[in-house]
Amino acid sequence: MSLVRNVLDDGLGGLDHNFVTGKLEDLVKWARSRSSWGATFGLACCAIEMMGSGGAHYDLARFGMEVWRASPRQADIMVVAGRVSQKMAPVLRQVYDQMMEPKWVISMGVCASSGGMFNNYAIIQGVDQIVPVDVYAPGCPPTPETLIHAIETLHQKIEDGEIMRRRAASGAGANLHIAEIPAQHSPIPVSLTAARAGATA
Amino acid sequence: MTAVENVRQTSEGGQEMRSRSDIGAKELLREVGSVLRMSEAEAAKLGQIPADPDEDQTMIINMGPQHPSTHGVLRLMLELQGETVLRCKPIIGYLHTGMEKTGEELTFLQGGTNVTRMDYLSPLNNELVFSMATEKLLGIENDIPERAVWMRMLLSELNRMSSHLLFLATNGMDIGAVSMMLYGWREREEVLRFFQKVTGLRMNHNFIRPGGLAADLPPGWRDDVLAILDMLPARLEEYDVLMTNQPIWRERLQGVGVITADEALALGTSGPILRSTGVAWDLRRDQPYLRYDEVDFDVIVGSYGDAFDRYAIRLNEIRESMKIVRQILDRMPSGDYRIQNKKVTPPPRARIDESMEALIHHFKIFTEGFKVPEGEVYVGIESPRGEIGCYIVSDGGPKPYRIHMRAPSFVNIQALPHMMRGGLVADAVAVISSVDPVLGEVDR
Amino acid sequence: MTDVQAAEVLHGAPVTESRGQRVVHPSRAQYVALLKKLLDDGYVMCSDLTAVDYLTHPGRPLPDGVSAERFEVVLNLTAITTRDRIRVRVQVPESDATIASVFDLWPGTEAFEREVFDMFGIRFDGHPDLTRILMPEDWDGHPLRKDYEVGRIPVQFKGAHS
Repeated sequence: MSLVRNVLDDGLGGLDHNFVTGKLEDLVKWARSRSSWGATFGLACCAIEMMGSGGAHYDLARFGMEVWRASPRQADIMVVAGRVSQKMAPVLRQVYDQMMEPKWVISMGVCASSGGMFNNYAIIQGVDQIVPVDVYAPGCPPTPETLIHAIETLHQKIEDGEIMRRRAASGAGANLHIAEIPAQHSPIPVSLTAARAGATA
Repeated sequence: MTAVENVRQTSEGGQEMRSRSDIGAKELLREVGSVLRMSEAEAAKLGQIPADPDEDQTMIINMGPQHPSTHGVLRLMLELQGETVLRCKPIIGYLHTGMEKTGEELTFLQGGTNVTRMDYLSPLNNELVFSMATEKLLGIENDIPERAVWMRMLLSELNRMSSHLLFLATNGMDIGAVSMMLYGWREREEVLRFFQKVTGLRMNHNFIRPGGLAADLPPGWRDDVLAILDMLPARLEEYDVLMTNQPIWRERLQGVGVITADEALALGTSGPILRSTGVAWDLRRDQPYLRYDEVDFDVIVGSYGDAFDRYAIRLNEIRESMKIVRQILDRMPSGDYRIQNKKVTPPPRARIDESMEALIHHFKIFTEGFKVPEGEVYVGIESPRGEIGCYIVSDGGPKPYRIHMRAPSFVNIQALPHMMRGGLVADAVAVISSVDPVLGEVDR
Repeated sequence: MTDVQAAEVLHGAPVTESRGQRVVHPSRAQYVALLKKLLDDGYVMCSDLTAVDYLTHPGRPLPDGVSAERFEVVLNLTAITTRDRIRVRVQVPESDATIASVFDLWPGTEAFEREVFDMFGIRFDGHPDLTRILMPEDWDGHPLRKDYEVGRIPVQFKGAHS
């Protein structure tokens, strides 16, 4: 988007013309990626880090996601944060079904991604057994930086349409695995170019 | 799987609230929140509500488990008449992780990773009570080095502060002071940053282990703690202005969720709920552990047993914890951070290259685990939510035969029907928030 | 089976000591009466009520006169005025896994007893609503029993303890 470059370099005076043209599809994808709202599905410890990433130090509002809607009807991204137990599984599926298309799922933490350290009768071994997962964020719990990396990866894939291709290829979720960003003494800026360059899968 | 099939599956059968005609008198009284004998007037009032819910005057609705204000996956079934709560039945188990069963498969050294995820807002307290129970079984509880004990106290008190700051944040947000969420998290991040420096993780540290701690405090820790202690008092004053003295806050919380001392004791509640009724029971002072008998602090007690008292108690407990941390800063002794008992603690990494014995001990401790003599023990300490206890039965092997954690929130949730009776739905939110449950330890 | 010498007798039940903590061993018949007396003695708070399945560790030390059964219901009581704790252990046989409920003495044991029923299958007579509390309603089996598998699924890496 050279238009964006012009604006970034010279402000509005840098525009050579004041008409913006583009594909409707691109506009829709851009809007979807920048203003996705999360569905609160915080279950356990990961929910605390999810709330922390919405707080002042990590600030999800920069990415348009400070609004966490409790009602699945108004949400786009379901961040499954925490371990899913036997009793909770049908509830998870019901909330997922009640979300409107287009919807995406981030599986936050190792318990949601694979059952984590709880390989036993009580925990579903990976939330992808119930809902199609688009991004897996590792960590126990993932640091807010990791969650932001996951969210930004998802946003980038929504914006360039990659996610629908991946979903079609896998038949379920987009199956993106991201690298964990370990905890640091102060919040480290998540490199957006790295996030946008994609993930390891 | 279609959505319609799933709707049928989310029923929990007998665990849900049933209509009045289907349940026995004892259970009805319990759901209405009668802990001790109800007075004649109250029993009579109960009789005026139509027994048959089809008469369209009362409604049984469901709150949760996915809900923004239930502090986790707590499901409440409420019988409402308009906005007034008549009966309440909490349904839990949505976060049951089988931790007690998993605990039987993990060695005593690995057990900390398991128990720390129960009460995920004060993980160091979970580890502390587990380590203390293990040490009691091993018989080494009096041989833990002084520095290790004082370090444990420091971390435990900082954890109390971070947990209460989160309480202030979520309580504020639930009542409506949404900006409090941001302020509380802002302060909590400072404490978490210190934990990250010391233990390597922001949460679920697995740092307090049987025999001591995993590592020593890093150099410069005093400055970090002083920075926290210098920053917090002014911020707590801001919260006093924002919330404590504010008329809306007081209207919302005073007189809401009242419980008396007898009822609280009968229900087994502990921590700020019990203290809000006037019973000055704090395990740090009444059954001192670590070196709490050598530091000077006050036990904050309320008088009305309402949600406002619980809020004020937790706010002031942050101040008391800061007082304790200051004393620990002055008195932290030098020494070892863990007991030098070859059978219990692994040898320092450098020695593994030099000594065959050290290598063998390291190997045995990390693969097989150290053996704990046969016996059973119960240890209770004061976590931010109340009395957290650990009951371990050992059969002489390297893994616990049975590990049971007495979670304070599991018991405190039983007080909800009583506190909600006769209140409005909005008060129900305030009551849950004032009980401050953590569903990880409720369900384990 | 090793037996320990009971140090004293409290309200008719032998008392032993475990790591410095007093433990009373009533029989099922003495259970409620003993607990009522303990409540009157000042143990106003029932801190904990749980159970242990001794299927794979039958030879635990118990005082004379107490015969070991498969299950044990364990209570930890706390006295507020004397700042004292006491533990009560009752043997519950597998063939007749029922015991009286102490809901009338301490209403706060309601959730504990339901959890023991859910996890072990021990029924409590007189409990107002004995249903499962942690597992789904239609769950089969009692997870904390020793003959109930932990339910691991095989994974590619080997954990440290296996």
